[in-house]
Amino acid sequence: MRKILLPALILALPFASALLVPAAALAEGGPALPAVVEEWHAGNDVSNIASLQRGARNVVNYCLPCHSLKYVRWSRMGEDLHIPTNLLVADLVPPDAKPADYILSSLRAEDAVTWFGKQPPDLSLIARSRGTDKVYRFLKSFYDDPSRPAGSNNIILPAPAMPAVLSDLEGVKAAVYKEVDAIEDGKPVKTQVFDHFEKVSPGQLSDEQFDAFVRDTVNFLDYAGEPAQVDRRSTGVWVVLFLLVLTWLTWLLKKEYWKDVH
Amino acid sequence: MASKDNAAANAPGFWGWLNKRLPVDAFWRSQVSEYYAPKNFNTWYYFGSLALLVLVMQLLTGIFLTMFYKVGEATAFDSVEYIMREVSWGWLLRYLHAVGASFFFIAVYLHMYRALLYGSYKAPRELLWLFGMFIYLALMAEAFLGYVLPWGNMSYWAATVIINLFSAIPAIGPGLVEWIRGDYGVADATLNRFFSLHVVAIPLVLLLLVALHLVSLHETGSNNPDGIEIKETKGEDGHPVDGIPFHPYYTVKDIFGVGVFLLLFSVVVFFVPTFGNLFLEEANFEPANPLSTPDPIAPSWYFTPFYAILRAVPNQRIGALLLLLAVLSFFFLPWLDRSPVKSVRYRGLWFKGMLALFTVSFLMLMYLGLKPATGVYVTLARVFSVGYFAFFWLMPFYTKWDVTKPVPKRVTFHA
Repeated sequence: MRKILLPALILALPFASALLVPAAALAEGGPALPAVVEEWHAGNDVSNIASLQRGARNVVNYCLPCHSLKYVRWSRMGEDLHIPTNLLVADLVPPDAKPADYILSSLRAEDAVTWFGKQPPDLSLIARSRGTDKVYRFLKSFYDDPSRPAGSNNIILPAPAMPAVLSDLEGVKAAVYKEVDAIEDGKPVKTQVFDHFEKVSPGQLSDEQFDAFVRDTVNFLDYAGEPAQVDRRSTGVWVVLFLLVLTWLTWLLKKEYWKDVH
Repeated sequence: MASKDNAAANAPGFWGWLNKRLPVDAFWRSQVSEYYAPKNFNTWYYFGSLALLVLVMQLLTGIFLTMFYKVGEATAFDSVEYIMREVSWGWLLRYLHAVGASFFFIAVYLHMYRALLYGSYKAPRELLWLFGMFIYLALMAEAFLGYVLPWGNMSYWAATVIINLFSAIPAIGPGLVEWIRGDYGVADATLNRFFSLHVVAIPLVLLLLVALHLVSLHETGSNNPDGIEIKETKGEDGHPVDGIPFHPYYTVKDIFGVGVFLLLFSVVVFFVPTFGNLFLEEANFEPANPLSTPDPIAPSWYFTPFYAILRAVPNQRIGALLLLLAVLSFFFLPWLDRSPVKSVRYRGLWFKGMLALFTVSFLMLMYLGLKPATGVYVTLARVFSVGYFAFFWLMPFYTKWDVTKPVPKRVTFHA
């Protein structure tokens, strides 16, 4: 009995401490984002071509003045989004660019630094490097803040260089805070946390229309991050089906050969 | 290949002409069709051939990626995006190669764990084990070097952190770090030499080591789940009674394994290539930026057990030393294990318990290495580091105390 007990006891120790992990994950500190915003998800669908076309329009109208998509060609985008070349050239491609060119902003780098303090990031990979949810939350989290140079601020990326460029569509929001109890340096204190947004003045779009506008935009940025992703998934279905059949056949072959092993 | 076995040299026509000059037939027979392997291999025995499959796949996809990749700090990141977007099937090549790296480690870790379960490292297979361990080292180097090539922000910072580990070496450390980087920081020179090592030097070393691994395997013959030497019980025909020819029995069995493996692999490549930030990280879709550190800097999942050990120690120098020891401990297994039996099936509770401890410790360290090194995570990493090292360095004692069961003469096999 003792021969079993000793190793069993030694072993129980690390297994028991493994149980601490969920507790540790909980204690990792509160959520970095306000809980309200954390619940927002982009929920976009890159196989929805109509949504991608609207997203492309939004990006060209509202993002391209400052941001480039330097890895995406106009022509490739037109092909993937089923936009006929004549419409592409007439409505989207700037007059000084050709369809085979990359999607570049006309904002000059030195002007950007003078006006915003930094060069706006390229958007080709923004949805891949940050995640679609984060981009969606960012675009929906601008609020009125007269203390900022551009008069606006953002809940999830405080003090951004980017002004609230969508406010003519969305309207102007104010951030409403609430007081909660917290612990700082071991002492209980009152602290202000973000609670919700309040519409100060309406924009051209209703709340639902604006939400759809942002989702389409994020959807397009998701596409731009990996243009092959729709192809990838549809190819994958055939590959997996083929391998299922092949693997089943190899199993039958193995069984046949191994009949004579006793 | 003794010429007396080379009967095919006397065959008529081209076959005879060829075999008189190159022992194709004798080689095939001695190494494949008349190479006897134990008939009781279980699922654990698929991972050797699967690791070889991934190696070939990495070489092939690597050759094509090298045709389009442009080394250099100004071009590397752009060229990877060019591959992902404009090269025909470039996205597939890149995903196969990147996901392949992770699957290589999955196969190799399971292959190594098989050796722990069935005592495959024990005499007479010590050299086979050592060659395997050198393959593992070369693979880690290859994976690290390859990770730097896309020149994303995580590439840059992983290179910075890992190369800095060498500064823990007394006296020559700082100079060595500079020599490895070829600059005062990770830069263009570093990227260029890493490319050279990744596509030329380490693959050559890997191929040589794999050849040595296979030659020594075929010399000693495979171990098996019972840990019995099948060569000790031979039939009248001179072949082991519990052995079956590798071809066709294990070739058809391994091909089935390849099917299952490719199925799982394809699901990841085509549907979840980033595997929730584990196989390709979000931070690496941002170009290298010496002014912005990703938070947190975590290495790829296959390095995190060792990374967790490094961070569990407050003193960086001792931490780096323990990291090195954690990897090197595997090399000593054949001489640390003093049990008279090989397979876990006939070992006692001590070994089974310690192996379970090692398993939990390794997996927990893997998890903890992905987490920030704060609070209870550090405490846990310390507990499991002790568990990890206890398995290796207490082995001479517990394998001696262990009450083993008698080992049968013949393997356990149910047709």
